[in-house]
Order: sequence, then structure tokens, then C-alpha cells
Amino acid sequence: MAIIIQITPKYEFKVPVYAKCISPDVFDGKGLEEISKLRVLEGNRNRTLGDLFDIKLKDKDDAETIIHLLGSFIKVREIGANMTRGKIIIDGDVGMHLGEGMSGGEIIVNGYADSWAGGAMKGGRIEIKGSAGDYIGAPYRGSKEGMRGGTIIVHGDAGREVGCLMMGGLIRIYGSVKHFVGIDMLDGTIVVHGDSAGKAGGGMRGGRIIICGYIPSILPTFTIEDIRPSVNIDGEKISGPFYRFIGDMADKGEGRLFISKNKNPHLSFYEKYL
Amino acid sequence: MDLLIKGGYVYDPLNGINGEIMDISVKEGKIVEKVNEHEAHVIDASGMIVMPGGIDIHTHIAGSEVNSGRLLRPEDHIRDVESKTLITRSGVGYSVPSTFTTGYRYARMGYTLLCNPSMPPLEAKHTHEELDDTPIVDKVTFPLLGDWWFVLEYLRDKKIKECAEHVAWMIIATKGYAIKIVNPGGLEAWGFGRNVKSLDDPVPYFNVTPREIIRGLCIVNKMLNLPHTIHVHTNRLGQPGNYATTLETMDCVKDLAINDKPVIHITHCQFSAFKGDSWATMRSGAEEIAKYVNAHSHVTLDMGQVIFTDTTTMTADGPWQYTLYELSGNKWVNHDVEVETSSGIVPFRYRRKSYVHATMWSIGLELALLIKDPWKIYLTTDHPNGGPFTEYPRIVSWLMSRKAREETLKKINKKARAKSLLPSIDREYTFYEIAIATRAGQAKALGLRNKGHLGVGADADIAIYNINPKEVDPSNDYKVIQRAFLRAAYTIKDGEVVVKDGEVVKAIDGKTYWINFEESSINPLLSVSESLKRKFREYWTVELENYFIPERYLKHPVSINIKAGVWPL
Ligand SMILES: [Zn+2]
Repeated sequence: MAIIIQITPKYEFKVPVYAKCISPDVFDGKGLEEISKLRVLEGNRNRTLGDLFDIKLKDKDDAETIIHLLGSFIKVREIGANMTRGKIIIDGDVGMHLGEGMSGGEIIVNGYADSWAGGAMKGGRIEIKGSAGDYIGAPYRGSKEGMRGGTIIVHGDAGREVGCLMMGGLIRIYGSVKHFVGIDMLDGTIVVHGDSAGKAGGGMRGGRIIICGYIPSILPTFTIEDIRPSVNIDGEKISGPFYRFIGDMADKGEGRLFISKNKNPHLSFYEKYL
Repeated sequence: MDLLIKGGYVYDPLNGINGEIMDISVKEGKIVEKVNEHEAHVIDASGMIVMPGGIDIHTHIAGSEVNSGRLLRPEDHIRDVESKTLITRSGVGYSVPSTFTTGYRYARMGYTLLCNPSMPPLEAKHTHEELDDTPIVDKVTFPLLGDWWFVLEYLRDKKIKECAEHVAWMIIATKGYAIKIVNPGGLEAWGFGRNVKSLDDPVPYFNVTPREIIRGLCIVNKMLNLPHTIHVHTNRLGQPGNYATTLETMDCVKDLAINDKPVIHITHCQFSAFKGDSWATMRSGAEEIAKYVNAHSHVTLDMGQVIFTDTTTMTADGPWQYTLYELSGNKWVNHDVEVETSSGIVPFRYRRKSYVHATMWSIGLELALLIKDPWKIYLTTDHPNGGPFTEYPRIVSWLMSRKAREETLKKINKKARAKSLLPSIDREYTFYEIAIATRAGQAKALGLRNKGHLGVGADADIAIYNINPKEVDPSNDYKVIQRAFLRAAYTIKDGEVVVKDGEVVKAIDGKTYWINFEESSINPLLSVSESLKRKFREYWTVELENYFIPERYLKHPVSINIKAGVWPL
């Protein structure tokens, strides 16, 4: 019999809490007592999950484990890291490294998710109903291996370097993004329904970035290829027309950058190169 | 406290001890005849192998080049992290680990002395700072002198005595141990965007040839009575067809040897043993090199074995590093160290399925197996160039087991497998030979009299491995060998147990040995200071006064006082 586990912070955390253990993989097969004893770090102190959180177990007949987080988890990092199955629902804001390296299962955030949400994930699905911080889907600093698969959906805005070093999968931002969306990406797809602050696709060598809103300028190391009426994403048609650029030429890249023609009349001068 | 290691199978090749059951007694950091068993800390080594502490004759562990490698490779750090313990510090890095981690990892494998082989003199301070932070193990470091402007000028003008005085000053100034020569002439030529093509291709402007540099510094080395030979990274390293240059390099100093004593060490020889004239036709030149080395006694070598892994290449060979960048398309660093040398760094992955990489893997082992005398070739990867030192136990298993070699052969590039000489080689190293290739041979080549053996008076640097040579057949149980050599049962440094069961239990500091010259035999400071001062002002970004490293700058310096020889000229 699968279960719902409800977790609520006991107090407002002043320092980061590292709680990699909040994951269906870790909780599966454990009782309340065992779960309460799982180790977390509060700052540099060793604590248990039970020290920091109220935990309730509810039996349920569903096949999967559902972890339900209630309250502000903005200081709590690495929730759902490396998870492979099950579901986490967060009613509130959540801290950095949410679902980092996950390969399966689902995370839903009814709030804001801080930086590195879905960092270097391999599979599964993250849906953020609010906005998100920087480095969505990006690997942690130092690593060269970005997101390989799965889906991240952000309903609000996202910060800088969305999909940095991405190698596969789909990131969809319904709001706007800051600089360097898709930096150094190798493969996969990023769709931005809102605006981009610029420098889109810097260093990209493969993959696709689709920007449906405004972008101030295109990096000079991209060349215009043609104008496309629409783009297909997993069978879904996104209507354009789009300017299609290829780049980043500085890195011998063959990435494709689709920029809305209608939202960017200031880029019409590119048409004379067609 | 005194220490008594009881009942182990002792392998001590310098004293001719081959697996005899013996007790080893230790008092005040030295090996002694006997200690009182009731007052000593007794280690029961029965059913285990006891060897002198391991010695690595060539490993890039410290200095600006290594540190640039660290800066260049955050991805190397994120995947290899060690937390701190009550005894050890935290650290990161697989192919270029941080200094503390480097010391711990070597000690865990039973190593107690490391040679940092490539120190740009200008960056000697930085190097010594890092060596000081490399715990447990003892260290020596070799200043790069083969492309030094003054050396080139002296040798061009045939001023060998002045050259010797200058080199002596340089060794004292940098607290060095031996003369390192990298791609002689090629590094200076690289400053002109070129490389040297052969031993007789003159260096631009200086008009001196690699042959003159090697011979000149070999004579200087003899004049100064340095304990190690010249330590040479050959010209044309890494280029197909270079085995001929390597043979010529060894042969060009043959006449300088007296009494069959070695006069040249060819380092990471694997990289200098390629036949063919392009990457497509590249093949092993190990047979030819081995034939030469088997017939001559003036040469020692180390392997420079390649491991199939993701590593970081770093040498002073600027032009070669540029070639590596062009081959790999990877990020890279290239650096001109003022008037002294060059350097370069490129991350590199050796792939089993690459014909060239697999052939390189085969060449390293072919050399070690075809050269009959283990006193002539030592185990290295040229860390981290061929792979990190933590892979040494794997190489031990390849040397000791034909079966281990066959297992890897099965997985490599087909064409490389078809051409490899390994299937035709039956030789398997014994524990005695492994002890030579990993400690005794190095100690002898380095001229370190108190290291690499367990005779009375030797430093009590001892490794104990949990292998019973009467029960374990290395040929079949090569995985047991590999595991045992990766985690020493005990490592003892200066008479103290520093590692137990593969974990560091005490993190002491090691010493740094450097060469000093007895004043009566040479007074290098006086004779070169005037011209040096003038030239420093003209050429360097630092003043002479800031260049010289005083002994007090080092944490645990130990000078080895040498009496320079009689000038033969
Ligand atoms: Zn080297």
C-alpha cells in the first residue's frame, strides 16, 4: 500500500537546510519513525528530519508514494534530488537544487522554485506554477554535463542561464527569461513564451531555442538561415513566423534559434541577408 | 615509540631480500638491527607483504602548472570530493587533486616519496608552497633547465664550467634536486612559433642544437656529482616516428657513461616510442627501444603508462600541448615562462576504441615487459598525463598478470589489438620485480641512499600490503593484487604508522630534499652573481633578490650536501 507523507517545517529556517532525503526513493518502505530519523544538515549541523519538520503519514491506495510539502521550503535544498519515481507536491516556495539529477517521477511546485531547479536532470517532470530562479536545468558549477532528459515547465518567469549545457529534454517557460538562455547547450529544446533579456544561445552547439516574445538583439556570432511559419515541439505546433538563426559560430555550433518575427520588428534588417 | 613489524614476507630488492619472512625493527624513524619487543609497538604482518615505501620518480603534483590544471578543470573536481575527517582535510579532484588529497592518496597506496619533475624556476616558490602542503610524503623537485637562456648561451659558447656553476646556483636557488630537460630547444623554439625537428635542428637565435643541450647538461650533471642523472622528456614527444629520436637521444650520451653507470633518464618513455609517419600509420616502437635498453646500461626509463580515462595533460612542452589541443579541440592553456620554459595544459580522454590511444596503452606495457631488467624501467603514468596515480594498482596487475592484460586487450580497438605485441609476451612481474619498479629502482636512480630499502640505517618508510604471496596467485587473482595495492594495510613514514587499512590515521608532514654544494667544491653564487644581476634586470619581471628561495622558506627542508666533482675540462 502506498502512502502520502505530509511534511511541514516546525519553524522558520535561518540557514540553508540540505534535505536530499526528501525523496520518494528514500521514503519508500520506511515507517514514520525511520523517516523522522533521516539525516539532514541545518547549516553545518547534523539534524534529523524529525527535528526540523512535522511529519504525518496518510495511508492511501494509490500505487505511488506522494510527498506533500506544506509551508515555506525556500531554505530547504536538494528536495527530490536523484529521485527516480513517485511524486512530490510543494504548496509553497522551495529552495535550490530541487529535483537535481532526478531521472523519474514528478515534482509540482505551487509557488516559486529557487535556482538549479531540475539541475542536470535525466528524466521525469517538474512543473513550477510560480516563477523560478537562475540556472533552471543547469548542472552545478564545475560540471559540464547539463540536463539530459525530462521536462521542466515554469508558468512564471525564470532567471539567467536557463538550460545551461543542456543535452536533451524540454524546458518550457511561459513567462520571460533573463540573459543567456540556452548557454552552451548541445541538444534539447527550450521554449520561452515571454521575452528574453538577450544573449540567447551564447556558445550553443546544438539544440533549439524558441523565443516567442521580444529580444533586444541577437549575438553577432549567429547567422540568419530562413523564416519559418511555425515550430513543432513533440507534435505541438507553435505558430510564428520565426526568424531562424544558426550558431554559435564562435564555437562551430549548429544550434537553432527561433525568434518571433512579429514581436521583433527591430530585427527585420536581417531579412536583407536572406 | 619503537616499532616491530613481525613475520611479514619482506621484499627488499636493494638488499637482495626476496620474500623472506623477517622482522623489521624501527627506532627513531630509522630501521635498526633490533628493538625490545616488549617495549615496542608490534605490527603483526604475518601473511602480508612488507616493502619499502613506494617512490614515484615522475609525478606532477605541485606548482603553477598543476594549479592551472586545477583551475581549468572544475568538472574534474565536482565528481571526486573527499570530506574532511578528524585527521584529514577535505579535498577535490580526480586527475588533479588538491595538495592535501594528493598526499593522503599516495600514502594510502603505500607511497612515501614523490618527485615533482617539472618546475619552472621562476615558479619555484609556488611549487614549494604546494609541496609543503602535500602531507605525509617526502618530496623532491626538478627545475626545468634545458631551455634556460643562460644555459643555451653557455652551451653555445662552449662555456661548460660557467654553465655548471650557473646550474649549481639554479639548483640551490630553487631548492631543486635534479636537472630536468623537456623537449630540449623545442620550448625556446616555440617562443618563435616553431619546434625543433631533430637532435641537430638548431634553436632559433641561440643557434645551439638539442644534442648540444643534452650532452652539455649531461656533462654538467657529472661535474656537479648530482645524485640523479639528467631527467629527459625527449624531443618530438607524442609524434609518430619519434622512437628514432629517442634512440638517438639515449645514444648521444653513451660515451659519457663510466663503469656502466646510468647518465640519462628518459621519462614517460611510452610517449616517445611511436613508429610510423602519421596517426594512421602510428605503431609501437617498444621493441626497438627495449632492444637498445637491454643492450646498454647507461639509461633508465619510466613508463608513462596510459589509462583509459578522462585526465588532464600538463607538460612544459608548449608545442606538444598545442598539438594536443588541436587533436582534442578541448579547452587549453599555453604559457611562456619568461626566459625559462613554456608550458601547456589540455584535458584529455584516452579511449579504448581509439586506435592511437589503445596503441599507446599497449606500448607502455610492452616497454615494461620487454625491457628485461626491472632496475631500468619504473612504473609511472607521468601523472596526470597518462592517467592519475591512483590507477597505479591497475598497472601493477597488468604487469603481474597476463590474464589481466588479456581482459583489457579484449576491450580495445581491434586494429590496435591486432598489432599489439602483448599477446606474444608471457612475462609476468614477480613481487620482487614490482618492488624494484615501484621503489627500489627509483631510489637507486635518484641516488637516495636512505630510501627504497629496509636495511639498517634506512629511513623507516615502509608499506605493508595485505597479500599472502604463498596463497595469492597474482596471475589469476590480479583483482586481489589491485585492491591490496590501492589500500595499503599499513603505511609507515619515518617510523610512524600513518595509514592503516587504507585510511589515513595520522597526517604528519613530509620533508623536502634539496641539493646543496659543499663550498669547497664550488662557489656558484660569487662567480655568477654580477652577470646574473645585470641580466635579471634586463630580462625578468622579478628581481634577483626575490628569486632566490632561502631554506627557511620551506617547511621541512633537508639539504643533501654534494661535493662537486673535479672539472674534467
Ligand atoms: Zn611529466
